[in-house]
Amino acid sequence: MDSPRHVGKIRELVYELKVEAVMTRKLITLAPEAPMSGLRSILKSNRISGVPVVSGQTLVGLVSVEDFINWLAQGGRDCPVGERMSREVRTLSPGEPLVHAIGKLEQYGYGRLPVVDGERLVGLVTKGDIIEGLLQEMQVNSREEEELHRYRASHFFEDMIADRLTVNFQYQVRGKTIEQGGEVASDLKRSFKRLGLHPEVVRRAAIATYEAEMNVIIYAREGTVDVSVDPETIHIIVRDQGQGIPDIQQALQPGFSTAPDWVRELGFGAGMGLPNIRSCARSLDITSEPGQGTTLRISIPLEPERVCA
Amino acid sequence: MTISWVLEILDAELLTGQGAEGRELASACGSDLMSDVLCLRSAPNLLLTALTNPQCVRTAEMAEIAAICFVQGKKPPAETLELARRNGLPLLATGLSMFTACGRLFAAGLRCCGEGA
Ligand SMILES: Nc1ncnc2c1ncn2[C@@H]1O[C@H](COP(=O)(O)OP(=O)(O)OP(=O)(O)O)[C@@H](O)[C@H]1O
Ligand SMILES: [Mg+2]
Repeated sequence: MDSPRHVGKIRELVYELKVEAVMTRKLITLAPEAPMSGLRSILKSNRISGVPVVSGQTLVGLVSVEDFINWLAQGGRDCPVGERMSREVRTLSPGEPLVHAIGKLEQYGYGRLPVVDGERLVGLVTKGDIIEGLLQEMQVNSREEEELHRYRASHFFEDMIADRLTVNFQYQVRGKTIEQGGEVASDLKRSFKRLGLHPEVVRRAAIATYEAEMNVIIYAREGTVDVSVDPETIHIIVRDQGQGIPDIQQALQPGFSTAPDWVRELGFGAGMGLPNIRSCARSLDITSEPGQGTTLRISIPLEPERVCA
Repeated sequence: MTISWVLEILDAELLTGQGAEGRELASACGSDLMSDVLCLRSAPNLLLTALTNPQCVRTAEMAEIAAICFVQGKKPPAETLELARRNGLPLLATGLSMFTACGRLFAAGLRCCGEGA
């Protein structure tokens, strides 16, 4: 992400974000009757430079380091805070945009501004609160933008100009143990997301590819996955030169499996792979020659409404 | 139901995905056969399984499952943990049996995806 864009984003955010989104709600306050002599330790132990003074919940003033120093300079005779506090307090309301808060802090040179809802004190805003709030919002924003970036790509096909357009992805399945299987499906899924395909379509393509890839690893050791995407359809062709399937109709029955026990122990052999592929796709075509290998042709429409269940 | 609530109900430990405790889980299923999980119409948010090899993480990735909980005190091997970390997938582990773990979650209101209450 480039910095000019960040600056632009911050500029937008200071108008969008409200004071209540960044203000501190846990407040240290004093009653007007509190002694001036106690102020120093309160400021020091909380590392703050001013304390709102409230009567009940109503903001009646603000007492700061400056007031304290003035009080000391004039003898430091103990008195209630209410006698030395500043009564002319600039405040913010919770619904104001951050840009107002920044402007007021700047204009008056204050370190903090109390936030009041009517007369009731509800929070306090410092420059630190504003920076923290903005940073947090930027983080959320960049996550959302990533999402947006993905879906912006869904215009890919609309943006390209050609009489006929297909995007091809080719993968090899080779030298993988069962535990290592799934990489092709994972890579394809990531690529489809980047291409901006509909999430449901991506999910179906990923599941179908995963099942086919695992079958290649388990029953044929190696093979290839060729995927082409045109503006209407995803075509996935999975080929292997393995043992082949003697009875395709039988293999397509839910629950039919020839997986040996050690494969079952690894979580496969439910006999649901091919049925799953079929339910993810609009069509599944299997050709197989015993001893020669197997080819699966899977097609999935790009419009999720047209995917049959 | 959040992951942190599931951790509590199942007396479980969070192995990966620290920071995701607040993630919402709306449905669950229990299975040791990956294709059975993948055939569910809409994938569950939480998969309970005794299978600890990396394929359960792959299955979660394909079906967009939000978290996996290993039952029966099973601890996954390093490859599974690593793949889960890479995918940002929270892995939980409980000493409870599959039956008890599912029972507790059901009693707490969690349901199988696609099935009514
Ligand atoms: N590429 C292939 N080469 C040879 N035989 C295959 C191939 N794919 C599937 N088969 C056969 O078809 C059967 C059914 O496959 P399917 O994927 O539906 O179930 P499975 O692999 O046995 O179990 P699951 O996929 O549920 O883990 C397999 O048991 C196997 O006998
Ligand atoms: Mg299979």
